[in-house]
Amino acid sequence: MTSIKQTSGGGNAVEVRGLVKHYGPTKALDGVDLDVRQGTVLGVLGPNGAGKTTLVRVLSTLIRPDAGSARVAGYDVLTQPRQLRRVIGLTGQYASVDEKLSGRENLYMIGRLLDLSRKDAKGRADEMLERFSLTDAAKRPAGQYSGGMRRRLDLAASMIGRPSVLYLDEPTTGLDPRTRNEVWEEVQRMVADGATVLLTTQYMEEAEQLADELTVFDRGRVIAEGRVEELKAKVGGRTLQIRPAARGDLRAMADTLSRSGLDGVGGAVVDEAEGLVNVAIISDEQLTAIVGLLGERSFRIAGISTHLPSLDEVFLAITGQKASAPADDDTASGTPSGSASDETLEEVAA
Amino acid sequence: MSAATISAPPAGRSAEGRIGLRANLRHIGALVRRNALQIKQDPESMFDALLMPVIFTLLFVYVFGGAISGKGNQHEYVNYVVPGLMAMMGMNIAQAVGSGINDDFKKGVMDRFRTMPIARSSVLIAKIVVEIGRMLLATSILLGMGFALGLTIHTSVLHLLAAVLLALVFGASLMWIFILLGLTMKTAQAVQGIGMLVLMPLQFGSSIFAPTSTMPGWLEAFTKANPLSNLADASRALINGGAVAHSVWITLAWTVGITAVTAPLAVAKFRNKSA
Repeated sequence: MTSIKQTSGGGNAVEVRGLVKHYGPTKALDGVDLDVRQGTVLGVLGPNGAGKTTLVRVLSTLIRPDAGSARVAGYDVLTQPRQLRRVIGLTGQYASVDEKLSGRENLYMIGRLLDLSRKDAKGRADEMLERFSLTDAAKRPAGQYSGGMRRRLDLAASMIGRPSVLYLDEPTTGLDPRTRNEVWEEVQRMVADGATVLLTTQYMEEAEQLADELTVFDRGRVIAEGRVEELKAKVGGRTLQIRPAARGDLRAMADTLSRSGLDGVGGAVVDEAEGLVNVAIISDEQLTAIVGLLGERSFRIAGISTHLPSLDEVFLAITGQKASAPADDDTASGTPSGSASDETLEEVAA
Repeated sequence: MSAATISAPPAGRSAEGRIGLRANLRHIGALVRRNALQIKQDPESMFDALLMPVIFTLLFVYVFGGAISGKGNQHEYVNYVVPGLMAMMGMNIAQAVGSGINDDFKKGVMDRFRTMPIARSSVLIAKIVVEIGRMLLATSILLGMGFALGLTIHTSVLHLLAAVLLALVFGASLMWIFILLGLTMKTAQAVQGIGMLVLMPLQFGSSIFAPTSTMPGWLEAFTKANPLSNLADASRALINGGAVAHSVWITLAWTVGITAVTAPLAVAKFRNKSA
């Protein structure tokens, strides 16, 4: 059961075609197609209610779809649920461990349910506790664990059976940044070990950290998909925020950058309230060039930072582009870096 | 192409993923252990099984005993009410299963079980096994209290054991009803509320506490149809002597009937529940 990576190189570990699931009038899934290639991480990005969790529940045999098909590791969710359950692991938004049992007892129980012998179940439980840094807390009831420890225990429980396909349903929602990083590291280790991962998230940053490819969900539909870099390019990559030492420099700085003609640098936007100049960039070279240019012009800079676009911005960019594609009147949102900035930009240029 | 094809299926499973009897028993064992560990962690959950028999015996023997059997004759009532309380105890404990399973579903751990390669019924069966253990404990305490207050066995130890066994199997069949209720209702409180509504008339509209001969005709008819009356009559006959067969057979028929209808419904509900 240990050999997972052997067969990498090609096939899809997950194949979803035309998946539909309605709850009354709500279309949780409204005809979804997607693939996850063996040994890769697919990030499913979307706001609350987009259908991400419904997808995971269908793929883990918890609910039956109304229409469409899905295969995981070659097994059909509808006709081969028993075989399918042998190769998957699921970690949900809410830790699925027994709160009254200790960490070790939880893992031992899972091992026994997966038909390990008593000895093997004990050994595997201890191995997982060690790996997820839970050995010290092994005897305490899981209910007393911190949020991060509980999530780690949950991941450990999902890994006991060495699943070849792992679903992570918003694995870091509600976690503090440090704990979130711990979870990310664990996921990266699992992927390095050869697991195929389907990850749902609301955070662009998480998707960028973990995913090879992205699928963006909105109201039960796939509205965009592609490699992370492709989507980022569509959305406008990162936002560079520059804080001039003198507030009076805001407009001059934005003006300089907008007319700089630097390759690929979009318009600069003044954020009066925060005292910032925002510039959309897609590469580190541009960052260097911008800082260089500002230095050349003797602007004094008090602070500088870069931000990934928020989910809102991603959505605006994607849906904005879609709307403008069939040549309708809505031209205002035509630029990739999109969003409310265009208006301000014109103001600056005028 | 799939990773799943690399490894042979582990012992106890066929290639179709069907789960053999031995694997199934192993899974139930692991889940029973889980339920037992939960009790160890949360001993208060045993209070009902430990205290209910004590309080009920004292209450009924001393509050009603004199009134029903005549002042000073409470010991006669002991032999009447304790076999009846055995029937009631099963129903009370069975009722707790409903809110318990409802609560369980609020936690993510049920999702984990349902995504694992185990028979989904094993989760429910493990629960029932543990609850039968609790029933056995409550019944033992009840009988202990009964003996302390003057309960005498007019038949034999074997008859007494038969009475206990009958109460247990009937109680187990009731559990399926409450599991079904627990899986259907939204909250554990609602399950408890409905449980009480069902429990009260069934318990008091029976021969558990008092002979039915003084009741109005319509109520007497109800108590006759009430399976709890049959169970109470059966265990009374088994302990005090008398005609046993009729009430035992009727109780067993109820047990089989209730289980045959509600167990498959409960398992199906459990399988499809998407909470």
